Amino acid sequence: MLTVRQVAAYHAMTLVAPAVAEKFRPGQFVALAVGGEHTSLLARRCFPVYEVKSDYGGTVEFVFEVNDPGTEWLASRRSRDGLDVIGPLGRPFPLPRDPASCLLVGGAHGSSGLFSLADALRRRDCQVHFVLGAPRAHEVFGARSAQRIGDSATVVTRDGSLGASGTIPDVLPRIMEETGSDVVYAAGPTALLSSVGSVCAAMGVPCQVSMGEWLARTAACGIGVCQSCVLPVIGDDGHTRMVRACAEGPVLRGERVRWADLGTIPLDALGGPRAPLTAPEPAS
Amino acid sequence: MDLSTRIGAVTLPSPVLTASGCGGSGRELAQFTDLARLGAFVTCSVMMQPRAGRPTPRIAETPSGVLNAMGLPGPGVDSFLARDLPWLSGQDVRTVVSVAGNTPGEFGEVARRLADSPLASAITGVEVNVACPNAEDRGRMFAASPSAAAAVVRVVRGAIHRDTPVLAKLSPDVTDIGTIALACADAGVTGLSLINTMSGLAIDPHTLRPALTGVSGGLSGPALRPVALRCVYQVHAALPEMPIVGGGGVATGRDALEFIVAGASAVSVGTTLLHDPSAPQRILRELEDALSAHGIARLADAVGLAHRAAAAVPPQIVRALEEPIKELK
Repeated sequence: MLTVRQVAAYHAMTLVAPAVAEKFRPGQFVALAVGGEHTSLLARRCFPVYEVKSDYGGTVEFVFEVNDPGTEWLASRRSRDGLDVIGPLGRPFPLPRDPASCLLVGGAHGSSGLFSLADALRRRDCQVHFVLGAPRAHEVFGARSAQRIGDSATVVTRDGSLGASGTIPDVLPRIMEETGSDVVYAAGPTALLSSVGSVCAAMGVPCQVSMGEWLARTAACGIGVCQSCVLPVIGDDGHTRMVRACAEGPVLRGERVRWADLGTIPLDALGGPRAPLTAPEPAS
Repeated sequence: MDLSTRIGAVTLPSPVLTASGCGGSGRELAQFTDLARLGAFVTCSVMMQPRAGRPTPRIAETPSGVLNAMGLPGPGVDSFLARDLPWLSGQDVRTVVSVAGNTPGEFGEVARRLADSPLASAITGVEVNVACPNAEDRGRMFAASPSAAAAVVRVVRGAIHRDTPVLAKLSPDVTDIGTIALACADAGVTGLSLINTMSGLAIDPHTLRPALTGVSGGLSGPALRPVALRCVYQVHAALPEMPIVGGGGVATGRDALEFIVAGASAVSVGTTLLHDPSAPQRILRELEDALSAHGIARLADAVGLAHRAAAAVPPQIVRALEEPIKELK
């Protein structure tokens, strides 16, 4: 571990982890063990990666919110403390083949997972526009970076303490039109991703969502063995399956997630209460 | 150091197994641990039909453990045989297939499909998950009744080749696990897997409601270890010849040795895999060190050691036992 610092309402931790940094692709996450060698906290904490750098052979930075004893423990680490980290994990953001106008939507500290994506899109000559939002000013992450690197950056807070007053779904259709969005990438609270998903579906714009908050709330292993973080997603064959946010995600196609059925097993999901009794072959 | 162990007609080169439901399909774990070096990989419970399981949240973290109410999610036996078992057999992994069902007949049908599969020879053993609800007995789990547990063992035993071990995984949530173990032994079980999770409840600190959609769930992890050790000790005392796979919070080689001396011939690593997917190799190495530290050259010599009079145990252990006694004086 190299540093942990407070950034607005969150903590940003930098780890020296060359193997993770080298293989990382934007959208992937790391899974950390918390509590030290004799810990009583057995679930791994999963965080989308903010940034990797080549310093010290390779560093990985991620942003997290302190909301339980495990994240409290993480926030109290000091330089040179050892940490048990697995990564990079999960499905990264797919990148457009040709230059495109991309809108990056980040709610609260979910935006931290979008900056490495912005760099990758820039390298492909894509236009990068940002919309960041949070309830209050100190809960917005990365507004200045977004203004610096984005072709445009819009900030909204519910109370108007930073940027315009309102919510992301309020301003999204207008910004998508103004920037001529070919694709939307979103990260942040699950409720926001759900709204972004429906706005994009209504406007016929493809969208990729990163289920960071879902992962932080439901994942226990981060590597796909425990099947704790499942959500209903429609496959290429039209059948709904319960897929793991950690292994099949965390980046999913927004229009494929059954947002209204999160936290349930839809009746028609494979293996669900009223599913057909023959198993369709899962799409590869 | 001879770490091999026998379960019926099968000799496993290592006594460290994975626990059912904790290693995914095997593919996920293979990135972190060499499955071929496990005593065996134990699959998630395979049922007749694909099952989505319960909605999230279905795992909650509790002190030194996790509580789960997964609802036995799985792809169903046909998909298991078409996709998962071929992969495992291609990896040279000894595979123990966990089977589950809503009725004894369904257990039997799953077992028959396994036995009739062209890959039947890739199945090292079958573990019967009797800690699932019996649809014919108002959802009471099979493992709660000696006759229901025995009925399930009998039907699976009848379907599986006689040289293939059939293990029964018992629940600690019973009045007397010894009675259930005896009933399974009479029904022809090759060995026992001790123990399945123990029923518990967690409250979400934010919503002040049960943390799991299933309300109660099964507790696993180190919090469970003393209960598991007691069950292994108790069953080994009642059935000294019965091979036992001991498990419940095994996180280190020392934990594994505790299960071995309590009477287990092998150990299963479960919840620890969620925390540390590379644990099996470390546990095997630590177990080897712990055995040699006690001057024990063969794993088999340590099985059930805790049941023997202190005079019969190697001197190192006697010294360790004397220390607290002196303090008491």
